[in-house]
Amino acid sequence: MADRPPQPNSKQKKSRYTADRGVAGAYEGETMTRRGLMTGGALAAGGIATAAFGLPALGFAVGPLLENQEPEVWQDVGPESDFTTETYVPRVINIVAEIGESGKTTIYVRKALPDDKSPSDKSGVEPLPMVAISTRCAHLGCPVRYIQASRRFVCPCHGGIYDDQGAVGGGPPVRPLDRFYTRVRSGRVEIGDRFSLNSKLERYSPRDPSQHLDGLWEYLYPSRPST
Amino acid sequence: MKLPSPPLPKFLRPTPPRPGDGNGDGADRSPGNGGGSTTTAPEPKKLDKARGAAVEGTASVVGYLDERTGMSPFLRGFLYRKTPKGNTWYYTLGSATMFAFVSQAVTGIFLAMYYTPDASRAYDSVSHLTNEVFLGELVRGMHRWGSTVMIILIFLHMARVFVFGAYKYPREINWVIGVVLLVLTLAMGFTGYLLPFDQRSFWATVVGVNINASAPVMGPYIADFLRGGAEFGAATLPRFYAIHMLLLPVLIGALIGAHLYLVSKLGTTAPPWVKGEKKSISEETI
Repeated sequence: MADRPPQPNSKQKKSRYTADRGVAGAYEGETMTRRGLMTGGALAAGGIATAAFGLPALGFAVGPLLENQEPEVWQDVGPESDFTTETYVPRVINIVAEIGESGKTTIYVRKALPDDKSPSDKSGVEPLPMVAISTRCAHLGCPVRYIQASRRFVCPCHGGIYDDQGAVGGGPPVRPLDRFYTRVRSGRVEIGDRFSLNSKLERYSPRDPSQHLDGLWEYLYPSRPST
Repeated sequence: MKLPSPPLPKFLRPTPPRPGDGNGDGADRSPGNGGGSTTTAPEPKKLDKARGAAVEGTASVVGYLDERTGMSPFLRGFLYRKTPKGNTWYYTLGSATMFAFVSQAVTGIFLAMYYTPDASRAYDSVSHLTNEVFLGELVRGMHRWGSTVMIILIFLHMARVFVFGAYKYPREINWVIGVVLLVLTLAMGFTGYLLPFDQRSFWATVVGVNINASAPVMGPYIADFLRGGAEFGAATLPRFYAIHMLLLPVLIGALIGAHLYLVSKLGTTAPPWVKGEKKSISEETI
């Protein structure tokens, strides 16, 4: 050991130069062996080739998260005279047009009252003329039914109960029933996009059932990137 | 090392001499499990010839394959590995789960020949294959009940491994693989439940996806990924179908391979009530 020439850092670390490490055929100032270059190059080429088909395939699978597929559609649900302020009238609208019966859903519509804490339209100026309540339970998405005698919406699956504003009256739901935008065009009532509400009936972008919208919970359930 | 060849089936064995049937000296008394002993018989009968040809033919095919694949040491080690004393029927639960999976795979492939993963035609295609296709009711019934059987078996297998302490060193990785297999099996049940596309499967999937959506932070993205959009739509059923019959079976098959490899490499544990002798323990650990 004492005969060997002094090698700086030999105890702590190998030299970064191949010539110092005694690699055969090393060039002056070379830091990477040719074998290392080929290994790294082959791995990099393999990685690029895998990513070239893997990333597009992954994007293809998760694409629907990122793009807004449904354009705004207004659906006619009948003349204004069909609806009163007294009770909800059930109407069937298309949520997803192309899958037939399973893309349809029931909504409950009534005329808005001045003392409703009803959210305004998209521009935030005028109050919505109608209250259109989604039947999708805010617990896990079962269809709720309006019972006129008790003025409650009741969910058959897990016993969620909502009052006649759609606010939670009991059971497991985490927020009020969703609503739809409404407008009246030449005497006909039209139903637009879905929106969600927190417990103060303030408007949020559409969320899935089971997602809280009050307090800090709002930040734990982010809105869709597309909305 | 030469292993003894397997015993011949009865009809290929030489007939034993009947009592009172001559002197009986010329009859072949070889026990019928040696490949080469037949040639010493002075007058080979027809059955002996057939037997010799069968043995030689099998041996040559096996030899051909073994020479080119080198499989025999692996197969011998895998199929004839030693197991600890005191094995019980509880040890068959893992194999039972695997055969339930094989049965699901086979019936599922044939169901896929008649199924249409389209929201407007799925129910009709299931109704057609159940009611009109020959034996369709049976094949669909095997798949439908087989899924329940597989989930029961996988839980029983897990309970056996847990109660016997078979998850401990050095078998922790196999436990982890088994837990992943359990989750994948439940995912199979979840994705397969939608496919008949009746009211029950539709609403069960709506609720199931919304349970996924209730997870903080990732929930909304998971739900949108499962549905293929913000609403249960045209993309949802093909998506569940592809996950059910392509993605999950491949993952389960690969992990079953890894699971079995580790079982054959590490061996099984003795039941907790079997007390090992010190000598045999030291031999087994080598």
